[in-house]
Amino acid sequence: MATAEELKLRIRELENELIKCKQHRSQEDLQTPVFRPKIEKMSAEVLDSNPYSRLMALKRMGIVEDYEKIRSFAVAVVGVGGVGSVTAEMLTRCGIGKLLLFDYDKVELANMNRLFFQPHQAGLSKVEAAEHTLRSINPDVIFETHNYNITTVDNFTHFMDRISNGGLQEGKSVDLVLSCVDNFEARMAINTACNELGQTWLESGVSENAVSGHIQLIIPGETACFACAPPLVVAANIDEKTLKRDGVCAASLPTTMGVIAGILVQNVLKYLLRFGTVSFYLGYNAMQDFFPTMTMKANPQCDDRHCRRQQEEYKKKEAERPKPEVVEEEEEVVHEENEWGIELVSEITAAELQDASGPKPDLPEGITVAYTIPNKDGEVNSEETVEETDQSLEELMAQMKKL
Amino acid sequence: MADEATRKIVSQIPLLKTNSGPRDKELWVQRLREEYLSLIKYVENNKAADNDWFRLESNKEGTRWFGKCWYIHELLKYEFDMEFDIPVTYPATAPEVAIPELDGKTAKMYRGGKICLTDHFKPLWARNVPKFGLAHLMALGLGPWLAVEIPDLISKGIIQHKEQQGS
Ligand SMILES: [Zn+2]
Repeated sequence: MATAEELKLRIRELENELIKCKQHRSQEDLQTPVFRPKIEKMSAEVLDSNPYSRLMALKRMGIVEDYEKIRSFAVAVVGVGGVGSVTAEMLTRCGIGKLLLFDYDKVELANMNRLFFQPHQAGLSKVEAAEHTLRSINPDVIFETHNYNITTVDNFTHFMDRISNGGLQEGKSVDLVLSCVDNFEARMAINTACNELGQTWLESGVSENAVSGHIQLIIPGETACFACAPPLVVAANIDEKTLKRDGVCAASLPTTMGVIAGILVQNVLKYLLRFGTVSFYLGYNAMQDFFPTMTMKANPQCDDRHCRRQQEEYKKKEAERPKPEVVEEEEEVVHEENEWGIELVSEITAAELQDASGPKPDLPEGITVAYTIPNKDGEVNSEETVEETDQSLEELMAQMKKL
Repeated sequence: MADEATRKIVSQIPLLKTNSGPRDKELWVQRLREEYLSLIKYVENNKAADNDWFRLESNKEGTRWFGKCWYIHELLKYEFDMEFDIPVTYPATAPEVAIPELDGKTAKMYRGGKICLTDHFKPLWARNVPKFGLAHLMALGLGPWLAVEIPDLISKGIIQHKEQQGS
């Protein structure tokens, strides 16, 4: 037990500490710069107070025809992590019209090996923390944030609604969706939404070993969607046997993520402002500093029926259009007949995996597929499948509970 | 991942037929019935083999699942709550099973306590769409994960048996 005297002393100590904190705070408040007012019209005038002068110089130099057009675009960034946050910052600094941010995660100290977020933001939702920082960088941008997981049924419906109605003018669709998520489920959810809506999007990714990444432009019906083929990955030229995965899920580097965010936004700017050529698939192999590129047409046998529908519509549109002079050579996904049933793999080598499964599409050097899928023969052995029953779902739920 | 024993267990889990996700109305109910039939059979098989190790139930829409899984180590039972949502892209993509109470205790997890499956799981799942269901996810995903991670966490003293805690 502490004596009354000791407690009094402790109170005095704490009071002093509080005063110090307060003083520190007010100093910080004084140091906080005044937020700049909104800028009505982008100016090319070179003044130290004009944040757009160097961007507008692109116009003067003839790189971009109409830079101000950037303000008329709305871009959705799904996933505000290592790649998405930097992507959002770049677009904010470029003066994009509107940004819609989607992420369900919170800022953690474990994120500090990546760019953008700061330790004092730990515990805040990523979208909230990002909006705060981005708004102070450029108050001209309109922000809309959604702190939820897009892959659940209810959120997905809302997500689709915001893609189709969340444009610069409410009711219009966004101009581009950027996938900066870190998992297959979320990518497939974005793919599903964009195929249904006919929404052009850019997919980006960094490998779990942090030494490769890629971006991919997906125009539904035209270029391969995310479900048209197994995920494309950049061959890292690392011997699988020396790659130790035991004990960890994923590594990450701010460098690789910064590079991928950079090439992602570069292609966003080229796509929106119509300069240069937009890459359909651009890989980054950090081990060899190799950047493979390729294009891939949509797969007529894609599992996503909306992808197939978009392909039909695209074909019709193309037939109506006068033929372009140059036909680009494109890689096609190869599908061969392959008998298969239920398949189980144990600890297998890459070669075994290939033998046991579907054919590998013919891909340029440096790009491969994460795995191959054999063609489905559609026939399932009835002995192995669930037996027909008259029990209702409720009855089955109750039966499961009683087990 | 799939050793001979696991292969045998998995081969006894009934396969599913309906390729339907939670955004479909009636077909999803049919898929859910198959999910429950398959899960019930799997649990019954486990009980018969004296290897009962999990229970699962869902909300009435079948979109959110929760339950318990347990692991016996040196005659002591270690039990954990598990949960997951059915993604809109199910069954093309498997759900991400989470054990929230182990979040931050092992590197073999993503944020939110989602278990990190082996490199082999995803291709295996992709090859067996729509025949694999939640019972397969348990047998090939969560089961092997527990078998590797729980003994490791116990040996490192990161998790303790509940009755021995706080003593
Ligand atoms: Zn497709």
